[in-house]
Amino acid sequence: MHPTKKIDQFNMVIVGTGGQGLITLLQIIAEAALFEGFDIKTSELHGLSQRGGSVEVHIKFGKKIYSPLIPQGRADLVLGLEMHETLRAVNFANPKTLFLINKYIIPIPMVKNLTEKEVSDNLKKISKNIDLIPASEICKEKLGTDVVSGIYLISFAVFKGLIPIKPSSVEKAIKKIIPAKYLELNLKTFNLAKS
Amino acid sequence: MEEILSKKSREKIILLGNEAIVRGALESGVQFVSTYPGTPSSEIGNTFFRIAPKANVYFEFSTNEKVALEAAIGASFSGLKCLMAMKNFGTNVALEPLLPFVYTGSKGPTVIISADDPSCHSSAQSEENTRAISYLAHIPTLEPADPQECKDFVKLAFQISEKFKIPVMIRTTTRVAHQKMPVELGKIKNNDLRIKKGKFVKDPRKFVTLPPRVMEMKEELLEKVEKIGNFAEKSYINRQSSKKSNYGIITSGISYLYVMEALKELNLDLPVLKLGFFYPLPEEKIKHFIKKAKKILIVEELEPFLEKEVKILAKEVNCKLEVVGKKLIPEVNELTPGIVISAIAKFTNKKYKISSTSLKIKPPKRFPQLCPGCPYWLVVSAIKKAVDIKKVIFGGEIGCYMLFGNPPVNLQDYLSCMGSSVGIAHGITKSTRKKVIAFVGDSSFFHSGIPPLINTVFNKSNAQAKRRARDKQSSASPLIIILNNETTAMTGHQPHPGAPATPNGINIENIVKGCGVKYVKTLDPVNQKEFIQTIKEFLEKPEVSVIISKRPCIQLKK
Repeated sequence: MHPTKKIDQFNMVIVGTGGQGLITLLQIIAEAALFEGFDIKTSELHGLSQRGGSVEVHIKFGKKIYSPLIPQGRADLVLGLEMHETLRAVNFANPKTLFLINKYIIPIPMVKNLTEKEVSDNLKKISKNIDLIPASEICKEKLGTDVVSGIYLISFAVFKGLIPIKPSSVEKAIKKIIPAKYLELNLKTFNLAKS
Repeated sequence: MEEILSKKSREKIILLGNEAIVRGALESGVQFVSTYPGTPSSEIGNTFFRIAPKANVYFEFSTNEKVALEAAIGASFSGLKCLMAMKNFGTNVALEPLLPFVYTGSKGPTVIISADDPSCHSSAQSEENTRAISYLAHIPTLEPADPQECKDFVKLAFQISEKFKIPVMIRTTTRVAHQKMPVELGKIKNNDLRIKKGKFVKDPRKFVTLPPRVMEMKEELLEKVEKIGNFAEKSYINRQSSKKSNYGIITSGISYLYVMEALKELNLDLPVLKLGFFYPLPEEKIKHFIKKAKKILIVEELEPFLEKEVKILAKEVNCKLEVVGKKLIPEVNELTPGIVISAIAKFTNKKYKISSTSLKIKPPKRFPQLCPGCPYWLVVSAIKKAVDIKKVIFGGEIGCYMLFGNPPVNLQDYLSCMGSSVGIAHGITKSTRKKVIAFVGDSSFFHSGIPPLINTVFNKSNAQAKRRARDKQSSASPLIIILNNETTAMTGHQPHPGAPATPNGINIENIVKGCGVKYVKTLDPVNQKEFIQTIKEFLEKPEVSVIISKRPCIQLKK
């Protein structure tokens, strides 16, 4: 039996802004978890809430999952595609929660924004497991576009064992979910995250 | 091939609640599907729009929910199996034909989906609880908790409709409609000869709700509801766990999943009665559940409908029973697992400390925005250059342009329902001499913007100003700006009668002229100079004027 089958439940929140492709990431993780035989529940939002505002999606998998929403303080992993938005998700975290964050700020217009340092200093008050990765920067430099920075982060997470799913399942899920014309770019991103 | 059309029954695939509804309808052999898009129900229509030809199902995006339901009623009267879907507020629009349809009953089995949005994630106007309509219309109503139940309940709803000749409503909420899980597939019914096999057999006794027959129909309806109540008593979707305790929980829909999560978290083993039927309720089953209990907690979102019902039933069988509901469960906003965990802990006097963390520093709020490159930015820019925005009242409406209410645009002085910006503008100009600019989207215009436009012409929105002409005030009559981006953008780019995706799309300017509006211009907002000039000019007109701002949604170009 695959070791990941032993987990009772894995709770993951992905946060970012509308248009960053959170629902695609949710689909990939959910399909990959299904390949491994887990029960799964997810929650996402559509419509008004997607228009560039704050977006938060929930993914839970394990032996038997009831609620699609993660209770406060019960996230195993918070995956942040943007730094302000990551800070908004701290209510799902406990001292053991792992934060995997894109070192990237999308400015909030007409108000005083937080700096990278302010965000990371505050997150450190919550958890010691803060992993800040310049995913947007890496993707732009190596692939010429940062639209795949979310794919980079989930791939990075599975290669490092931060999500209890085999990388091969995620690769299979990417092939299933991503439309043919973008597949090559997404698989390149997946492989880039391996190194 | 689309996975949702998979012929492998017993296979598990990941489906969104709304997709599971589609699959349930396909497994039931649905033939006729109509809808008007609205979050959180939109993916039902989007999915059928994609697959209808392959699935051999008739599908349409109707002009509004009332029309969509009327289309379904006609198809049902002709014997076809029908599904009609909409969001909560759509049910209000469709309410008028809904009530008589429940009286006449269905001929072809008919299932109606209504999707509520507690917390108003994607709904301006109100936090509606459509359960109230179940009472008003006497329509049998089922409430699924997850995508598997969405599929199973749709199939059951079609069976109930077929057996009792009555339309059946499924009420979902955002967290059900937009929840994903692996759903076990059943067999898709053989779809040969699905289309056009309907037949309308004249039967005025059944289809004509003219008094005094309509009163008999009401009696027949109440008899049906009683029979369906007996059916509900035996139905597997109203089920209780066999645990023994003086304490118990009654719940339904998404709240059930939070209850189960909470019991696991609190390590409690309480009996739970999960109600799949909201209307009619399995009263005997509820009485049996509460008969020997001391305390019952009702876990339901929004208004306390179940709580009131249980309190009444308790009077009959257990008058000492303590029924706790809204005392511990909030009535505003959707529930969350955290709220339910705390409520059950208090209900059972169990100590529980939520391990949540918080910080003093809060990131500034990030409002949803019009997309970069959205043609509406150009309209906003022209307005701000053309008028002193403090002196003009701006009428908002439902669609992407309701984001005009957020900074940095801030052009929204009132906002109500679809089609209302024009109707309300008329009332304001009649009552004051203020200038009003009312926005209406292209899809909204077809949905419900035309009757209020006719009203501004028929009842002369400028009348008040004319009477007071000697006050030397400039005349005030509303300027209506129809924001034509050639799609129903907010809900996911569905076609509408004026969009080019529809063959021979209906020309909006022709309609406006046909309504008797004298001052009308169709402009591309890229031509800022002309746009600004026209706003200035039209605001001085003695009668209602209309600018049609025509430029496609930026997302359509992608």
